[in-house]
Order: sequence, then C-alpha cells, then structure tokens
Amino acid sequence: MLETKPRIEFTPERLERAKEILTHYPEGRQKSALLPLLHLLQEQEGWTPAEGMDYVAELLGIQPIEVYEVATFYTMYHLEPVGKHVIEYCRTGPCMLMGGEEVYAHLKQKIGAQDGETSADKLFTIKPVECLAACGWGPCFQIREKYYTHLTIEKVDEIIDELKQ
Amino acid sequence: MSLPKILTAHTHLPGIETFDVYRKNGGYAAVEKAIKTMTPDEVVEEVKKSGVRGRGGAGFPMGMKWSFLAKPEGVPRYLVCNADESEPGTFKDHWLMKTIPHLLIEGMIVSSYALGANASYIYVRGELMYVVRILEKAIAEAKAAGFLGKNILGSGYDLELYVQPGGGAYICGEETALLESLEGKRGNPRNKPPFPAVKGLYQCPTVVNNVESISTTSWIVNNGGDAYAAIGIGRSTGTKLISASGHLKKPGVYEIPLGLPVQEFIYSDEWCGGIRDGHHLKAVVAGGSSVPILPAAMLLKTAAGEDRLMSYESLADGGFATGTMMGSGGFIAMDETTCIVRNTWNFSRFYHHESCGQCSPCREGTGWMEKVLHRIEHGHGSMHDIDLLVDVAKKIEGNTICPLGDAAAWPIASAIRHFRDEFEWHITNPQEATRPGAVFKGHMELV
Repeated sequence: MLETKPRIEFTPERLERAKEILTHYPEGRQKSALLPLLHLLQEQEGWTPAEGMDYVAELLGIQPIEVYEVATFYTMYHLEPVGKHVIEYCRTGPCMLMGGEEVYAHLKQKIGAQDGETSADKLFTIKPVECLAACGWGPCFQIREKYYTHLTIEKVDEIIDELKQ
Repeated sequence: MSLPKILTAHTHLPGIETFDVYRKNGGYAAVEKAIKTMTPDEVVEEVKKSGVRGRGGAGFPMGMKWSFLAKPEGVPRYLVCNADESEPGTFKDHWLMKTIPHLLIEGMIVSSYALGANASYIYVRGELMYVVRILEKAIAEAKAAGFLGKNILGSGYDLELYVQPGGGAYICGEETALLESLEGKRGNPRNKPPFPAVKGLYQCPTVVNNVESISTTSWIVNNGGDAYAAIGIGRSTGTKLISASGHLKKPGVYEIPLGLPVQEFIYSDEWCGGIRDGHHLKAVVAGGSSVPILPAAMLLKTAAGEDRLMSYESLADGGFATGTMMGSGGFIAMDETTCIVRNTWNFSRFYHHESCGQCSPCREGTGWMEKVLHRIEHGHGSMHDIDLLVDVAKKIEGNTICPLGDAAAWPIASAIRHFRDEFEWHITNPQEATRPGAVFKGHMELV
C-alpha cells in the first residue's frame, strides 16, 4: 500500500518570494524558476523531500519528473534528511595543498561522522564538495550561506564548539 | 610607471559595496555616457577596439563575440553573465562580486544597452548564495537611482536585471549548459551550432560573458577602447585578474597588466611575494585546474630561453610540449612538498564528479582515469597504467560535445609528460610512496 505523506507547501512569505521570482522570466518560461524554487524549498524544509518537489512541480505547471531529474543532477539539493548544520567542505586541489586533508580529518573526528553521515545528535552532516571558489583562502567549508576560510584545526574546534551551543 | 587599475582602482575603499560610495567614486558614469551620448553600435565598436578577451577561460575576443549576435526583427535578445565560477584555482569573480558588486551591475547595463537586451541575467553558482543577496541589493539600489528599469535616464531604454542561482554543477560554467540550467533543466551542454549568438536562451539570440569581462566594459566606455588596448602586450590587451593560490606567501586576487613577467608575479612583493618561507617552487598550474601543469623552470622560461610572461601567447608558447594556457587565470603554485600524483588524482576525481554524463568518452573516461590514478597513488599501480592513462586521456580529448572532456584529459596528460618519473616511483616504491606526506625526492629542478 502506498504511504501517504503530509503535503508540503510554501509558507505565505515564501510563496510571495516564489511569485516574485516567477516575474523574472518571459511568459511561458516559468520552468526557469525551478532551481531558485528548489533552493526556497530546501531553505524551508532543511532538505529537498519528494513531496516538496511535487508541490514545486504544481506551482510551475510541470511534471514532477521534470523536478526530480533536476534535483538529482545538481549537488546542492539534499535528497535525504540532514542534520541541523550541513558542513560542506572543499576537498579539491588548492584546499588540499593548504593542508585541507588534516583539517577535515580532524573535523570528522570531532563531529563523529564520516563523509555523507550525520552526527548522532543530528546537529551536523558532513558533505565533501568540489571547489567552492575560495582557493586563495583555503582550506574552507561552507555552512548554509556562510563561508569559513583559512581553516586550521584550532579554528575548526572554535567553530564547532560555537555551533554546538 | 604606475600600475593600471581597471577593475581594482576602488576595491580598497570602505563602503564601496554600496551604491553611494560607488557612485561618489565615478560609478555609473559609463551608463550615463553610453546611454546619453553613444549609440549601441558605438559601444560595441569601443569594446572591439579594446581587444578585451573573454576572461572566463576561452580568451575569445569579446567584441567579436558581440558582433556575432543575430538581430532578427521582433525577437528579444539576451545578455547572460556567467558567474558560475567553479574552475579549481579560480576565485576572482567571487572576490570581485562580493567586494564591488556595482562594477558588475554597471557593466551589465552598459553591455545590455550595447546588445539591445531588455532583460539580462547574472547566473551565479548556487554555493555563492550570499553573493546573490549582495548583487540583488545592488540591483535594487541601482534601480532606485534610475539606472535600471523603465526608461533609464529618460532615454526610452528599458532594462531589467535578474540574478539566478545555480544548483551546484561545474558544467554550468560551459555557456550552453548554463543556458539549459537557466531554463530550469539539467546542465547538459548543447551541440553547437547553433551558437548562442543565434539560438541561446529560450532559443533567442544570446551573449554569454564572464563576470570579469563584463566588468571591464564600464572602463572601456569611459576611457575608450584604444586606451584599454594600450595596456598589455600584443593581442593580450588590458589587465587580468589572477587568482593566486597554493604555496605562496601572499595568495589572493591580483589585477596584473598582461605581459607581466611570471617571475615578477611570483616573487615580487607587489604581487605574491614569493614561495612560503623555507620552500621552493616545484610546479605551477597557471590558468585553473584544466590547463597543463608545468614544472617551475619551464613556467619561468620558454623553450627558447626567454622570460615567460603572463599573457595568452607567452603562457601558450611551445604548445603543450613546453607551454600551458592562460585559462581563467587560476594560478596554483606548488612547492617541493607537493605530490604530483596525489594532486593529479585529486583533479581527476573533480572531473569525474563534474562530468554531466552526456558523452560516453567523458562519462566513462573520467571515471577510469580516476580509478587508475587512485590505484597508483595508493600503491597498487603497474607500469602499464601510465600509458593506459595517456591512452584514455587521448580518447576523451576532442571527442565530446563540450570542453569538459579536454579539461579532464589535459591535467593528466601534462602531469605524466613532465613528471613521469614521479608516477614511476609510486609504482616501483609503493610502500614508501604511500606513507602519509611522502613525496618523490628524485631529480627535480626547483626554483
């Protein structure tokens, strides 16, 4: 039997933002709003659940599959539930040159989660990502919209301790 | 001679991210000049004269790209700014947009006017959502001051400017993939032709330009294309933002006059200040991860023994045998502590991860190259693997819809070309090579 999950909708404030985004495109091209709307969905839900994607499809007047195929192509949409803070650390060359591997190993140890995992207290999810365009300021990671740069083991401790409070 | 500052003249000023400070320092004068005193074609002409080349990596003359734009009657035209900066080693657009957002907004207005676009988009990589907010604020400020919207400065010219976030995909830096993404689809590059200049966004004529390229247009309008062309060397006119990273004393974003000797860029205190204390330069990736890696000595001097310059031509001197490319200006310096095999494996993982999967040579080839490099790096390689890598790289190169395939092949082929002994050492000394921090100590020319 199919499991019925509660419907997801944007809050009135986000629905207003969605409507404003739709004005950016010419008549009949509302599908262009798909990526921005998926970001809005993830901002609201913390991740990108299928029920939310169905709702976005409805808003845009497109088929749900058109949303799924996009959400699974791009790396920023979390298709599984995540912890409160998703730590997206840059694993690419220039950050590695600046000692990224040691710093990230420490990060994972401190949080108690490996790549792709969420900590037992559900506070943190670790997600390795490719280049964040901050190569001269590496090693770096990103939590939501904030960049943390010039990371050291000490700095990671400070950031995580602060977020735990 | 004082250094020409085209993009960074005001970036040090406190509050330059606000409309008021930007405006007080001469901002939006180019919009006034272009819209009130020049025809769109005259703006295009100045950009052509400037010789400015696409700063995203391809280096194609911007004025020429503009002149290809089809102008059928009654069909809208679009300008799309490529702010999907994702090439490893490159962070100049990120820095420019967050530091002085109005420079890009002003350039977008001037460029849109020149191209006859009434709706333009800035496609920013999704990870830079905080920069999206900065740009949206700048757009609102410019609009409130009458530089955007309907009837700009009473000229009858209308322009709306929108910021579009991506979703995390390197491939969307390729212009046709970017357009697909902006249409709300997967970022699969399109076959060319038709080129975007004929059928781009929504099948309408479209120009896609990089952030840095568009940001130069205000200066060109204010000072003239000839003044821009007077800076630089040969066909490498003007200045270029270089993203300097790796083992340098002062990594960061620098605006250099094209033609600056590489030696000076690395070692002068004006720029990177040399290699970090107690270390020596081993290798450099001079133009973003996609361009061929060069040993230090080969980077500093051309095969003819001349000083190599930071210009499109000089960096490419010698072809791939002894040269490299300017690319996006992502300058990654590596000292003697760097393991070339590990670095090459790291880059191969990047390209495997970022391949869109549309073309088999790239989809399959990038995966195989990563696997083979992984086993060499982790002590399970065989001598045959080195030639296998070269063979796979050759089979990808030139056989894909977009240049991601080439970009994946070149770093590997060049690393083997110049550092083959290091790969062989990994294979013949697996125990030693897999110790943490182990680096090949054989004959190596350091600078």
